[in-house]
Amino acid sequence: MKSHLLRPLYVVVALVAIIFIARVIVVPSDFGVGEKGYMYGWHRKANEDEWKAFKVKFKNRDFCKDCHVSEYDSVMKSPHSIINCENCHGPAYEHPEEPPKLIINKEREHCLRCHSRLPYKQTERADIKGIIPDNHNPDIECVSCHNPHSPKGDAL
Amino acid sequence: MSRRDFLKTGLMVGAGLGLSSILGKDILSSAGIITPKRWVFLVDTFKCVGCGLCVRACKLENEIPYDVPVTRTWVERYVVKKDGTVLADSPYGGRDGYLINNPQGIVVPQEDIAKAFFVPKLCNQCTNPPCVQVCPVGATYQTNDGVVLVDRKWCIGCGYCIMACPYGVRFFHPVHKVAEKCNFCYHRITKGMKPACEDACPFGARHIGDINDPAHPVADIIKTQRVSVLKDEFGTKPSVYYLGYDSLIR
Ligand code: SF4
Ligand code: SF4
Repeated sequence: MKSHLLRPLYVVVALVAIIFIARVIVVPSDFGVGEKGYMYGWHRKANEDEWKAFKVKFKNRDFCKDCHVSEYDSVMKSPHSIINCENCHGPAYEHPEEPPKLIINKEREHCLRCHSRLPYKQTERADIKGIIPDNHNPDIECVSCHNPHSPKGDAL
Repeated sequence: MSRRDFLKTGLMVGAGLGLSSILGKDILSSAGIITPKRWVFLVDTFKCVGCGLCVRACKLENEIPYDVPVTRTWVERYVVKKDGTVLADSPYGGRDGYLINNPQGIVVPQEDIAKAFFVPKLCNQCTNPPCVQVCPVGATYQTNDGVVLVDRKWCIGCGYCIMACPYGVRFFHPVHKVAEKCNFCYHRITKGMKPACEDACPFGARHIGDINDPAHPVADIIKTQRVSVLKDEFGTKPSVYYLGYDSLIR
């Protein structure tokens, strides 16, 4: 065959070879078709572990109870026992190392999430003791009168 | 034990060991010997009070910028008036809860309300996820335990999955600039913890479970009670089930 026909062919072959070599280098060995086949299984397996290693921030009341025994006990006796500590105190992260102190959310709006009365009687919201925010001491933080660990006043 | 029995048991044990290693986990699991985990979620809309603590916890746990109006999970409010008008809203995904009776900014007098309720939503971790099907690079994928994950290193930000999801649960992460969505708190559930939203919910409106574990209360409720999934007609086979579903829910 004439060389002017062969030359572009060599170029194409070389290009294809380069693409294949690049693919071997770029695509990680754990990338490919998983157990569920091409449509749903195609992925980089190592990413599952990357997600598993994502940092946990909220530790839950069982984590708090070991050190804050009396606070734990008082809140567990109250109707607020259904609320995890970190909902008001913020996520624990690596507490007590980091952060050494948690910031308590004392905002009125935080309490009103449940205690602003809504007339939605198909929900449990209507059963919660609620106030009309504009009529009930507006602009005053709820915690200046109510103890959130003991909203009924039975254990302080 | 006679020599004959000894040889027989020896042979059987040997064959058993050999077989199980040859067959591997997959065949054993399909034979019901090892049941694979399959995560499902149960939302009890009767219990939700619209406090939004779940949305807040989710944002903090999963590092979704707090003041940007994008969320992995959100809570919708539906108020139906006696004249049939439906008012639905979800300001900032319900992050700050619902303090005023003003759906879509309209104050509805109590006597005009026919019904009103809250509906928490999240990624449905579909069994046939269209988002996975359309992803051109294999960045969105499904794990064997049924959770759909997004590989942030692999996502090219084309947005196909955002278009493909019939539930509108996907968005671009404002910091990572790649597709983002709820992943059932994969880092928590794989450590035996519960998702942040479930832990934060004081009213028990949200529950995760393993549908293949017959002893699990969530599996039991889904299998024995009247539950519904969202947009069943799309054929995506969601893993999020609803108690107290209403046909108004979109
Ligand atoms: S709900 Fe949307 S994002 Fe989640 S798995 Fe289904 S299609 Fe994908
Ligand atoms: S925390 Fe529970 S009750 Fe509050 S809005 Fe979320 S699902 Fe509803």
